[in-house]
Amino acid sequence: MSTTVTPPPKKLNRLGLEVLSYKGAKTTLCAGCGHNAISERVIECFYELGVQPWNVAKFSGIGCSSKSPAYFLGLSHGFNAVHGRMPSIATGAMLANRTVLGIGVAGDGDTASIGMGQFMHLLRRNLPFVYIIEDNGVYGLTKGQFSATADLGSKLKTGVLNDLPPFDCCALALQCGATFVARSFSGDKRQLQAILKAAIVHNGLSIIDVISPCTTFNDHEGSTKSYSYIKEHDEVLNEVDFVPYYDDISVDIPEGAVQEITMHDGSKLRIKKLGREYDPTNKFDALKALDEAGKKGEVLTGVFYIDTQKPNFMEMLHMEDAPLATLPESKTRPPKEVLDQVMEELR
Amino acid sequence: MSTTEVSPAAPRSGEFHHPVVNDFSIQVATINGSGSQTANSVLMRAIFQMGVPVSGKNMFPSNIQGLPTWFTIRASKHGYIGRKKEVDFLVAMNPETAREDVMKLDSGAAVVYDEPLKLDALRSDLHFYPVPFDKLVGPVCPEAKLRKLVRNMIYDGIVAQLLSIDMEEIHKALFKQFGKRKAKAAELNWGACQAGYDYANKTFTKSDPYRVERMNATSGKIIIEGNSAAALGCVFAGVTVVTWYPITPSSSLVEAMIGYLKRFRIDKETGKATFAVVQAEDELSAIGMVLGAGWAGARSVTSTAGPGISLMSEFVGLGYYAEIPGVIFDVQRVGPSTGLPTRTAQGDIISTALLSHGDTKHPMLFPCSPEECFSMAIEAFDLAEHFQTPVFVMIDLDLGMNNWMADPFEYPTQPIRRGKVLTAEDLNRLGGFARYKDVDGDGIGYRTLPGTNHPHGSYFTRGSGHNEKAQYTEREDDYVNNLDRLARKFETMRSHVPAPVVEYKAKAQVGLIAFGTSHHPVEESRDQLRTEYGIETSYLRLKAYPFNKELPEFIHRHQRVYVIEQNRDAQMLGLMRLECTAEEIAKLRSMRYYGGLPLDARTVTDDIAGQEGK
Repeated sequence: MSTTVTPPPKKLNRLGLEVLSYKGAKTTLCAGCGHNAISERVIECFYELGVQPWNVAKFSGIGCSSKSPAYFLGLSHGFNAVHGRMPSIATGAMLANRTVLGIGVAGDGDTASIGMGQFMHLLRRNLPFVYIIEDNGVYGLTKGQFSATADLGSKLKTGVLNDLPPFDCCALALQCGATFVARSFSGDKRQLQAILKAAIVHNGLSIIDVISPCTTFNDHEGSTKSYSYIKEHDEVLNEVDFVPYYDDISVDIPEGAVQEITMHDGSKLRIKKLGREYDPTNKFDALKALDEAGKKGEVLTGVFYIDTQKPNFMEMLHMEDAPLATLPESKTRPPKEVLDQVMEELR
Repeated sequence: MSTTEVSPAAPRSGEFHHPVVNDFSIQVATINGSGSQTANSVLMRAIFQMGVPVSGKNMFPSNIQGLPTWFTIRASKHGYIGRKKEVDFLVAMNPETAREDVMKLDSGAAVVYDEPLKLDALRSDLHFYPVPFDKLVGPVCPEAKLRKLVRNMIYDGIVAQLLSIDMEEIHKALFKQFGKRKAKAAELNWGACQAGYDYANKTFTKSDPYRVERMNATSGKIIIEGNSAAALGCVFAGVTVVTWYPITPSSSLVEAMIGYLKRFRIDKETGKATFAVVQAEDELSAIGMVLGAGWAGARSVTSTAGPGISLMSEFVGLGYYAEIPGVIFDVQRVGPSTGLPTRTAQGDIISTALLSHGDTKHPMLFPCSPEECFSMAIEAFDLAEHFQTPVFVMIDLDLGMNNWMADPFEYPTQPIRRGKVLTAEDLNRLGGFARYKDVDGDGIGYRTLPGTNHPHGSYFTRGSGHNEKAQYTEREDDYVNNLDRLARKFETMRSHVPAPVVEYKAKAQVGLIAFGTSHHPVEESRDQLRTEYGIETSYLRLKAYPFNKELPEFIHRHQRVYVIEQNRDAQMLGLMRLECTAEEIAKLRSMRYYGGLPLDARTVTDDIAGQEGK
């Protein structure tokens, strides 16, 4: 009788990599933090889509959320920048190397306060990039002050009430020209996964506002960003399913009111309407739905808007296909005759 | 002629004077937006084409139309191209400033003016040439709406006649200025020049002594603005990512660069660009993109002025600490705050050297000429990538926005140096790397670029505390080791940045130190100090910070050393104080000017002679 035990075969993705190749360092965020769940989804999505991890660059600003890129894709280059100004760092990096896939994580402080300007201009440019807002309505790392996405009347642990209305980052994104706008909840694994995969594949800027409760400073009675509040008020706009181009088999959503959107690599985003008439390619439908949900105190989630046609920033710049970063000198330094010509013109 | 007797030296028309040849300054006072720039450039170029060394200084308001502006052209057979304090020949076209302009002149100066201003009534010790511009412009410019622009070209003809500037050179300069595509406009303006010349020829008897005569001192030279020269430098440095936010006096640097990039950096076969230019939403974003691009391996640059430098402070600290290359041009203007946006200064020295919170220090280069704007642009990129840090090129408005005579730029002789970047092949050989480890003892680590095709090629860049492996740390020893290595890297820089230009004079007890555009008046002032006061001076022109070993040696060899700079607080001297010994500091004196105009030799000479007790 043989004593050797054959270990079960390791599960590998289409690149032949294990899920371990997509993991990062051990998290230092609080137990139960929504951000950790988002990191898990990022790991799963990149693994399942079979993206080469060392062809990804991850970016963040400053705050709890911005620590999270250290906790996923450990084999990717990472850049933890300054507060709110991650978009400009990411834009520069993407310009330098257009073949790298960029993903950024920012908080609501980064996005809706100190970095509002950079957020809006990133949207205006439609940089091909995944921008995840880990949105908890509160400044965690400085111990619990309101952020600009905190709802009117929401209560701090100390009892202080928020007396200003929130910015809706998704509505803002729509106004600023975003081409992929979605909201999800860190506790909704299935929805977040499907949205994230579509965002990764989208050929333009993707904004995902993920409500991600802060268990330490904003998970109490009276908070409108607590787990229990979000669970009670999560109004799912549409059910989404992502079918990658290389795997056109799994259809979870039954036939019916399904709108199928073909992404630029041939992957399909299947969006099932739930109850109401809604067209995710119509910006005004999206703004109206967000406005109505806001008035009713609902937290609307799903894919609000997608435009697969608008040219992205890289396309508009008509750059070489090869990364600018590594162009040889023969391409970047004009010959002596050119300098001589200019000198002659200036004589 | 005026009968008012205010000066005993009242010249009479036709009186004989010793001619003053190729050694005077012309000032043209006009109204912003009246098209005088063309007329002034043509005049300057015509003198240049006659082989006479020239410089042009445009003193313009922060305004698009309506405020006073002055343009000074200096012709100098000695080759002095700094500003001349005294105006010898005034063209008074602006009614608003004419009176004050005339009252400021030294006795014996000449004034061409718009006849209705009746300036000859103001003084009797000047040479007045009244010109009825409105009457002259009508016949040469039938289209009434163009007259305002063409009117200025008349004074080119007047001045050419009075100063013996060859009209053929005016013609050549004018048609060069307008180019082939605007031949019709050139013809119109040429008609105005001729009308001016003819009027002066038949009306005036020359009484002033100023004249231009042909020389052979400009052969082969070019005329260019410092900003355009820097832009060309970037293009030949192989810049790939350019970001900017418009600000005076830096905008023309990037605008010139865009022009050159579109001409010379688009692949003829594919039609694709080997660069990206982004007009950012502000300077914060501009520097952010520079650092993002530099981090990912591009040669990235931005250009700004003082207010932009202030805004970039936080990011520049990140660039220093996370060790990311990038080139930043600071075309300095007068601060603090908005200050005088269209006036020149060297006022960002300390704030840039130590920009950002915590212990930070940044290399700076100080070009003094278009040639150096070009060569130092190239050098800046090499230094930035070699040292993996932001490098500042400190231009000023005078150099950046004025036209300068220059030698043709030399094509770079060295290949582009990309610094310590590990490729996938390197990683295969090494098995891995530690981003911030001082492998070579020069304080400079090895980096990798995103997208490197290797599973062990990545690292995590952060502005928070990090150890050799780029991991997050709050440990005391990690932090101190890292800061000490950064200091070591800065020390290494001293022998890599451009060395100063030093000229020792035997027996000179006085040494002068200057940098940037102060160089030109200082060269002239040294001659003045020698010939007028018998003070012989040695001279050290700084080209970079951190300072090199030449600086302490220069101080040691002199009794008194004057640091000449264009700011109030003796900022460069302040930086020297941080490094010099007490004995060295005791020898340092300061000469400052901060009025917003380009520094002139007379101001330097008066100040230093005074401090020397003369």
